[in-house]
Amino acid sequence: MTSITLTVNGEPITATIPARLHLADFLRDHLGLTGTHLGCEHGVCGACTVRLDGAIVRGCLVLAVQADGCTVETIEGVSDSGEVADLQHAFAARNALQCGYCTPGMVLTAQDFLLHAPADADRAAIREHLSGNYCRCTGYEAIIDAVETTLNARRTP
Amino acid sequence: MKAAAFDYIRPETLGAAITLLTRHGPDAKLIAGGQSLLPALNLRLSAPGLLIDIGRLAALRGITLADRTLHIGAGCTHAQVMTHPLIQRHAPLIARALADVAHPAIRARGTFGGSLANADPAAELPACALALDAVMHAQGPAGPRRIPAAEFFTALFETALAPDEVLTGVDIPIQGDTQWGFAELARRTGDYAMVGLAAVARPGTIRLGWFSVGQTAILAHRAAATLTEGGPLEAACTALADDLPAHDDPQASAAMRLHLARVLLRRVVGAWGGR
Ligand SMILES: Cc1cc2nc3c(=O)[nH]c(=O)nc-3n(C[C@H](O)[C@H](O)[C@H](O)COP(=O)(O)OP(=O)(O)OC[C@H]3O[C@@H](n4cnc5c(N)ncnc54)[C@H](O)[C@@H]3O)c2cc1C
Ligand code: FES
Ligand code: FES
Repeated sequence: MTSITLTVNGEPITATIPARLHLADFLRDHLGLTGTHLGCEHGVCGACTVRLDGAIVRGCLVLAVQADGCTVETIEGVSDSGEVADLQHAFAARNALQCGYCTPGMVLTAQDFLLHAPADADRAAIREHLSGNYCRCTGYEAIIDAVETTLNARRTP
Repeated sequence: MKAAAFDYIRPETLGAAITLLTRHGPDAKLIAGGQSLLPALNLRLSAPGLLIDIGRLAALRGITLADRTLHIGAGCTHAQVMTHPLIQRHAPLIARALADVAHPAIRARGTFGGSLANADPAAELPACALALDAVMHAQGPAGPRRIPAAEFFTALFETALAPDEVLTGVDIPIQGDTQWGFAELARRTGDYAMVGLAAVARPGTIRLGWFSVGQTAILAHRAAATLTEGGPLEAACTALADDLPAHDDPQASAAMRLHLARVLLRRVVGAWGGR
């Protein structure tokens, strides 16, 4: 067992955990933050996406012990702060989710795109950035639409 | 699935990491970005007793330029390398290739050295290292040594690194008038390629580094010689049949792979003009 200290959604956390525990299981099972989902557990689907020190990562491919001293933000964090409120609204308005299993990962990845999007970013750029996130039921068209709507809305002063 | 239990240690220095690696032998594994190792552990393809985390070692960080040589620390992440001004200016081939490596969330963690040490035959960076004539820096209990890229990738997922050596960084010679090109064919964005090419032309030499063509990334010597001597592009395409191993896998038959390799060679070298 190893002791770690980290910040999760602004709150300081200290925990003693086994080394093999990955960050997504730590968030879900130890902190009750079940908005982070697990699909494949080998890096392919993106359902487990969280922000680690400001960058999106696969929660299933980071050990919780590797996050010692780091800042973690989950879908609960960006949702409660209102950071992605417009994006969530666009997802709902465009029916960009059915079961919602992929949605937390999609929203965090889309927000990452929106934060860093170059001035000439288009649908192809959105597709490219979201290409590592799988949706098994809605299909991608509505998701891309929702991200594009938010991109255009944020560009308008 | 979940990984089997293991111990974990994050040494403060490179020397301490090497000492631990030497002491624990084959039961220990280095972890850098973990983007190849953790999937393997989660799938229980591998179950080491100890992970030695080198992901935060300052000695493996940094990208510098000195004496016409670009040095890339093994611990730099794909994202850091891809966006670094020195890489974009002096080794645009690497920045371009990294855009096809996995996805942003994986590039944020995966490291330059981890990809080379992992020696996946379908990975982009080993082929770039061959095409750029890179030199690997390794450090073990006996001290540092250098290994030319052409001697580094020895077999499927195997390198010239000794079990107790750490890859610390990579030197890339920078030369004027360099032409370069990169192309790969993958079924979906971010997937490993069915076949791919990293090509570099320097005064007097052309190097064609191929990936997803067999057990390791390889240089196509005959096709490159044909081009270096000023031969026609089609002659180089013909020579590729002798350079590339006949490699069948579920992604592509050997005949299809050779056909696709020729398509890529025409695209990349054709864009240089003059042939
Ligand atoms: C879904 C998915 C898609 C991917 N797609 C691609 C792709 O298209 N192309 C591609 O090239 N890669 C791809 N990758 C792999 C990714 O690029 C990895 O980051 C990279 O292969 C390994 O780097 P790492 O730092 O994560 O290494 P780790 O996973 O930490 O380590 C990999 C191996 O290298 C050893 N090692 C690591 N660093 C060193 C060192 N400095 N010295 C000695 N040994 C070391 C480790 O012991 C281990 O055996 C993908 C990964 C995933 C999960
Ligand atoms: S659960 Fe992490 S990528 Fe699928
Ligand atoms: S909404 Fe069901 S998987 Fe995407």
